[in-house]
Amino acid sequence: MNWISNYVRPKINSLFSRREVPENLWTKCPECGTMLFHRELAENLNVCSNCDHHMAISPRDRFKSLFDTGIFTEVKVPEAVVDPLHFKDQKKYPDRLKAAQKATGEKEAMLVAEGEIGRTQVVAVAQDFSFMAGSMGMYVGNAILAAAERAVKLKRPLILFSAAGGARMQEGILSLMQMPRTTVAVQMLKEARLPYVVVLTHPTTGGVTASYAMLGDVQISEPNALICFAGPRVIEQTIREKLPEGFQRAEYLLDHGMLDRVTHRKSLREELITILRMLTNQPPAVKGDLPAPTPEPAVVATPAAPTAG
Amino acid sequence: MNYLEFEKPLAEIEGKAEELRAMGRSNPEMDIAKEAEALDKKAEAMLRDLYKDLTPWRKCLVARHPERPHCKDYIEALFSEYTPLAGDRNFADDHAVMGGLARFNDQPVVLIGHEKGHDTKSRIERNFGMARPEGYRKAIRLMDMADRFRLPVITLVDTPGAYPGKGAEERGQAEAIARSTQKCLEIGVPLISVVIGEGGSGGAVAFATANRVAMLEHSVYSVISPEGCASILWKDAEKMREAAEALRLTAQDLQKLGVIDRIIKEPMGGAQRGRREAIDAVGKGIEAMLKELSGKKPEALIKDRRSKFIEMGTKGLAA
Ligand SMILES: [Zn+2]
Repeated sequence: MNWISNYVRPKINSLFSRREVPENLWTKCPECGTMLFHRELAENLNVCSNCDHHMAISPRDRFKSLFDTGIFTEVKVPEAVVDPLHFKDQKKYPDRLKAAQKATGEKEAMLVAEGEIGRTQVVAVAQDFSFMAGSMGMYVGNAILAAAERAVKLKRPLILFSAAGGARMQEGILSLMQMPRTTVAVQMLKEARLPYVVVLTHPTTGGVTASYAMLGDVQISEPNALICFAGPRVIEQTIREKLPEGFQRAEYLLDHGMLDRVTHRKSLREELITILRMLTNQPPAVKGDLPAPTPEPAVVATPAAPTAG
Repeated sequence: MNYLEFEKPLAEIEGKAEELRAMGRSNPEMDIAKEAEALDKKAEAMLRDLYKDLTPWRKCLVARHPERPHCKDYIEALFSEYTPLAGDRNFADDHAVMGGLARFNDQPVVLIGHEKGHDTKSRIERNFGMARPEGYRKAIRLMDMADRFRLPVITLVDTPGAYPGKGAEERGQAEAIARSTQKCLEIGVPLISVVIGEGGSGGAVAFATANRVAMLEHSVYSVISPEGCASILWKDAEKMREAAEALRLTAQDLQKLGVIDRIIKEPMGGAQRGRREAIDAVGKGIEAMLKELSGKKPEALIKDRRSKFIEMGTKGLAA
């Protein structure tokens, strides 16, 4: 068996990014205003090369940079009832959903995948802020449950990347019920003694922060990410005073004991590998190029035990 | 009596009847009985009419009515030997959350609930029923104790939501809510919740991730306040009526969605008009729900809670 084929699983999604971006696109860094050439920005994992501002990154691009050789297999998420409340504000909820699907090329705000990082097998799940602000509804709950079930079944650690404006208001009480629902998923991992590592990215707020995103064994955040339950504007309106510089940002939370680490996106993969290998009691990762793996023992068909006759 | 805005026509009639009776008392020669009775009848019919089909927004107003019985009233009337246990052993005691040991029909239980307060002083002291992280951490501590000594937990939910304050955020209210929800799912004893007024978002979930959740007939339970939802989705906080409609936050809708298990009927005109009756109805509800869960093993109770939340919402309104 060719060792490469070991990585190339039947459903290789990362190779077919559905969103083709024009080559000559420039993006303006929202933090420092520098114009960044799209391809360079992508190579830099959507981090501004001038000021280190971490911009949003799609779950697919995230996974491409996370998994070994960028290869992963998508885990199927059970469908959710579309528009369970028949919600209507100024727009119909199904129309908002369709618009988000068209803009992102994704079905919903969460992607689940399995694969290897530093040759440690993991399940990963990432929230897509560009899909209706990553908001948590039934589908997101289904995705987290599916990820946890898969991790438990395969006895693998789960890595979760959060990014959300909070609950999916258009699913009303059912969006709120994702708080206990996703906490059940965390319980499954806990009971199976599987590591659950949360990487909080900008922004993670509301009911998402107050459920699965704060329940990791290890809590890592990307720099300067806004992490809160109530947003800064609501608080300023309530207490009628200006909030201190950096309030509710990752570094502030680290100072206040709410996080384990704040880690630059470029160092994240190595750090996750180091932590997961220790939590799963494996020898240190081999740095540098992957050595050629030891050849797998040839599969010798064992003849079935002779049956009577 | 504090009248809600939609009750204004009723206030007029009841006011007139009151005036008439006062007049009759000071002028004994006047015969007002018949007229007063007619006014009473009219008021009664109007009350029935107003409350027979309350809109979701009106239910929000009723749920927030200042004279509605609050957690403290239920504790005083339904429980004996209530022994408050204070503090989160970390930072403070949160007065927005009442909690401790008590007996319900002689059975020892752990009791936790939001208390809004009844006058300006107590409302400020109770922070209008908005818990800070210490409130959830106290609840976690008490649920842990209940689990160890095998006592059922009863929670009474009545909160506008978590407190959007600086200190509450600095001390990790998101984490505190998440841990409280997690504790609810972990304990091997019956956990019963009654939404007695407002079930406001994460602050409610932290106590109401229960084996059985009941709601008073006119209470509400929502991911966001209608005003908040209106200002975000309609960009106009005045569209709260539309938002209340769309959010499906009434006990009746929540039962259809399979989010709650039981509706506890309120007296005509809401719990604020028949406080004792409402309190007794809640007592009966708690009793019935405890009975449903009695004799179940710890593992079964944990499993019951877990599968209930996994299944929740998978059928939409067809549940
Ligand atoms: Zn920049």
